[in-house]
Amino acid sequence: MHPQVLLQNFKGNRSASIDEYRANGGYEALTRALLERTPAEVEQMVLAAGLRGRGGAGFPAGKKWSLIPEGAAHPRFVVVNADEMEPGTYKDRMVIHVDPHLIIEGVILTSYAVSAEKAYIFIRPSYESSALILERELEVARREGLLGQNILGSEFSLDIVVHRSAGRYICGEATALLNALMGKRPNPKQPPPYATEKGLWNLPTVVGNVETTACVAPIVRNAITGGSGEPAFTKLYCVSGKVKRPGCYELPMGTPLREIIEEAAGGLPEGSELKAVLPGGVSTRYMTPDLYDTPMDFDSLAKIGHRLGTGAIIVFDQHTCMVAATLNIIQFFARESCGWCTPCREGLPYIRDILTQIESGEGKDEMIPKLRRMSEHLWRTYCAFSPGAVSPLESLLTYFEDEVREHIRMKRCPFRK
Amino acid sequence: MVSCAILKWRVDSPAPSVDAVLSDKSAQMTPKELEESLKEDIEKAYDPREQAVDVLYALQRQHGHLSDEAMREASRLLGMTPLELDELATFYDFLYREPVGKYVIHVCDSVVCWMHGHQSVMDYIAERLGVGLGGTTPDGMFTLLPTCCLGYCDRAPAMLINGRVYGELTGEKIDRILQELREEEPPLALDR
Repeated sequence: MHPQVLLQNFKGNRSASIDEYRANGGYEALTRALLERTPAEVEQMVLAAGLRGRGGAGFPAGKKWSLIPEGAAHPRFVVVNADEMEPGTYKDRMVIHVDPHLIIEGVILTSYAVSAEKAYIFIRPSYESSALILERELEVARREGLLGQNILGSEFSLDIVVHRSAGRYICGEATALLNALMGKRPNPKQPPPYATEKGLWNLPTVVGNVETTACVAPIVRNAITGGSGEPAFTKLYCVSGKVKRPGCYELPMGTPLREIIEEAAGGLPEGSELKAVLPGGVSTRYMTPDLYDTPMDFDSLAKIGHRLGTGAIIVFDQHTCMVAATLNIIQFFARESCGWCTPCREGLPYIRDILTQIESGEGKDEMIPKLRRMSEHLWRTYCAFSPGAVSPLESLLTYFEDEVREHIRMKRCPFRK
Repeated sequence: MVSCAILKWRVDSPAPSVDAVLSDKSAQMTPKELEESLKEDIEKAYDPREQAVDVLYALQRQHGHLSDEAMREASRLLGMTPLELDELATFYDFLYREPVGKYVIHVCDSVVCWMHGHQSVMDYIAERLGVGLGGTTPDGMFTLLPTCCLGYCDRAPAMLINGRVYGELTGEKIDRILQELREEEPPLALDR
């Protein structure tokens, strides 16, 4: 059986209580770290464990923390990004619902490591139930002396608040998120300065993903107790689309795509054959069945020109029109663009219009090079939104050009009767 | 082989009993009580601006939508200009500058729900309510809107109504949900 770390306290239709969390070693890391270890030592443990950010970029978490300059100003802030709006992704909601104290302990340890005084959990509106669970459990943690002044008798003080967003995809981008938190229109900012230097209210700020934060306590506990040596590195894979058992599965980082789809998610439904997969949400490139045995981790995917993203696997079968799927994705991005820079604001609707014409049988051959050129243009934008947005488009033209041309030749979508 | 272990650990969208903790305090407060409670929250924040979205949410619940009056009130409470607040109100999906129904139905139209027939869900609701996208029923009960991915792709097709998510939608299920909402007092009126 695979080790379960992030979902080990899964209790079915309810969240694990603080006692249940404690029964499995919860808050042991915090208790011992506060008494026995310095913040720098905690940071070192996470750095040594090689934890990489699970929000999509894969930047080493401990390294990010260490970017706060020596002697930087106070107060400092930690922000947990629970804005999770990447289509196909719902792992953060799962961890919060299953084991809220795993997140809370992770936030406290992160804050201790960077000497932060206040932490925010930034959460999207469709996760209102997750926000309420967190608020309820934060209150429990406060009562138990795990938050507030002089936590567990130490010198360290911290409070955590839940910050509700009002719903836009761009808020998941760290710099846009910080603007949102400061009550500004959430357009992204371009560093430098980096948030670790001048983030929230121009003070040092660390922004981390929920799943990344959930990994912190198990890593620190393992490092302090000398447990089983290397911490068991697992990854939450969300599988959706054409599979028998869509769901969120905790598996070893690097489990092959085939195993995740065929074994964990039960394979494709009867009569369905695998046509394509988006490996990490809609801002990654389509993968084709010849890559079915690829280990699903950051480096294995990067090596073959793909991205793990959030690890949200969306499965398409042979009955799915890839032009229509890509049109849906571009439509999503066109609507969610913050409109700040021109290539993104103007480029995405332009691509959408061309794809609409192709899908409705009004396509022309010259549209294909035009789409290629547009997908290159959209890398010249202010933030990573547009390069992500055109990843499905670029890979559509790479792997499914014949299907696009068939639309143009037949003057209709070949998948429509 | 791992299949048994995985099956055991499949997380089936746990929906802990949140209804018990869901409440809509701001809608029940008098304007005076709400103002006091918002002032208190603003005072506690590191900076008043941090509370901007929360204040807009609260006033939206009380006024039914973000009327000009509600925007002026928010501006006064937060010490932000009406323009600064409109920069937010016009940006976010869940802040409404125009009147909406008592229930706002957000139907997901992103790629996974698309694969699972979101269009027929949308068409079905539109036909049942007799309104198009963006429309509100004449009795002021329902507004129908599309929305981007709700994060419930394991239960596609999905929709969100006043803070509660409904998944694996079928015509029958939609009828039942609409019927329940028509008959019962709203169990919650969250961030609609």
